[in-house]
Amino acid sequence: MNSFGNMAEAVIAGDFETVKKMTQTMIDEQVDPIAIINQGLMAGMNVVGVRFKAGDMFVPEVMMSARAMSTGIELVKPLIADTNMPSAGKVVIGTVKGDLHDIGKKLVVMMLESAGFQVVDLGVDQAPADFVKAVQEHNPHVVGMSALLTTTMLKMKDTVDALKEAGLRDKVKVIVGGAPVNRSFAEQIGADGFASDAATATDLCKTLAQ
Amino acid sequence: MLIIGELINTSRQAIQAAVESKDAAYVQKIAVEQEQAGANYLDVNCGTQVFNEIETMEWLVNTVQEVSKLPLCIDSPNPKAIERGLSLAKYGQPMINSITGEAERYAQIQPLAQQYKSKIVALCMDDMGMPETAGDRLRVVRKLHHDLTAAGIPEDDIYFDPLVKPVSTGDQAGVEVLETVGLISRDYPNVHKVCGLSNVSYGLPNRKVLNQLFMVETMTMGMDAYILDPLDRTMMGFVHGARALLGKDSFCMNYLTAHRQGLYQQDK
Repeated sequence: MNSFGNMAEAVIAGDFETVKKMTQTMIDEQVDPIAIINQGLMAGMNVVGVRFKAGDMFVPEVMMSARAMSTGIELVKPLIADTNMPSAGKVVIGTVKGDLHDIGKKLVVMMLESAGFQVVDLGVDQAPADFVKAVQEHNPHVVGMSALLTTTMLKMKDTVDALKEAGLRDKVKVIVGGAPVNRSFAEQIGADGFASDAATATDLCKTLAQ
Repeated sequence: MLIIGELINTSRQAIQAAVESKDAAYVQKIAVEQEQAGANYLDVNCGTQVFNEIETMEWLVNTVQEVSKLPLCIDSPNPKAIERGLSLAKYGQPMINSITGEAERYAQIQPLAQQYKSKIVALCMDDMGMPETAGDRLRVVRKLHHDLTAAGIPEDDIYFDPLVKPVSTGDQAGVEVLETVGLISRDYPNVHKVCGLSNVSYGLPNRKVLNQLFMVETMTMGMDAYILDPLDRTMMGFVHGARALLGKDSFCMNYLTAHRQGLYQQDK
């Protein structure tokens, strides 16, 4: 079991060479691939999330850890049937219409994937109809919207309304974020949640996807 | 060197509260303090007031102009709010923050710059998205420079903002901006360059240090305007010092004035 601990430490340190080597060694030793993910890779990333939220780790370190983890995931993934792949839930995410900002959204995607979510990243400049279509197609637990402009954040409301019209609103949780967005705005437009940073967004999705 | 004081912005809680309670005295205090600290323009941004931005812009502009004759930098993603601000700005030459190479945005803002003969901040982004490299930015600069000057806007009124992104999410983000500023200075010596400083340090500790260093680095490459907090004495001290060291302060007079005004004394 100690080797899982070492693997988690390597993920926390962002040491992707070591993570790669350890993962391959475990695979060669016939260790259960799902255990490699849950007890090794994901266990490390969970610590990263907690430390990031506490301000003890910083964005570039989280990116290194996420890269280390995905290096390991890539190796074990072919050994696991799709249906058995551990998943924390599915999230569709995008930046709203008229808004081209993507840095914050990418951080959220990275943290979500690191926490075991399947993420469908629609990209930037996504109209309400694009979100509706993606929800129909992917049937996610959560839809996340990002906006960095005070003019485009109103598109979040349009998207919530479009989901209602399409009869999808009660099938999916809606969360919003971005520099000008706050909790009261989220409540005002009828979203289910708001998060101010990527780690909080991930915790929020964990709660909502249960 | 143009210093645009950034503090009158409703994304800051104290200003948000002052707007909600119509506390003119607080807004005026911040305006006067920024002027005294050396700001040349006062930025006014109330974009977070999404449901009454235009009325708020009107109130802020009028409130500020009761106590300061500094020209204003009217800052909003909403063209209607910009227009209202410009129509009320009565001292000096106002500035628009901002136009971009996005077709819709450009079409909305350019006529305002012509009508009000304002200075204009031009962000180096277009419908292709946010820029990564200096090359991405220069492509937008070339197009915007061509279109704006063709519309009769003087080069001296154009302030290109290279769009500063965090080095935490891309470790080349700082150097791409430095390169951009150098290339604009080389290819378009008569336009100006402006930026904000806090984006660069997002996601990292000790942000103030990084912001200060980035100010010095960008100024070295030719940046000649900043949107910053002029009440930050350390930052302003570095601005005056960097100007003197870069030969942008005739006989070091500006630096010496800052010294005599006590800028370099320890805060009590």
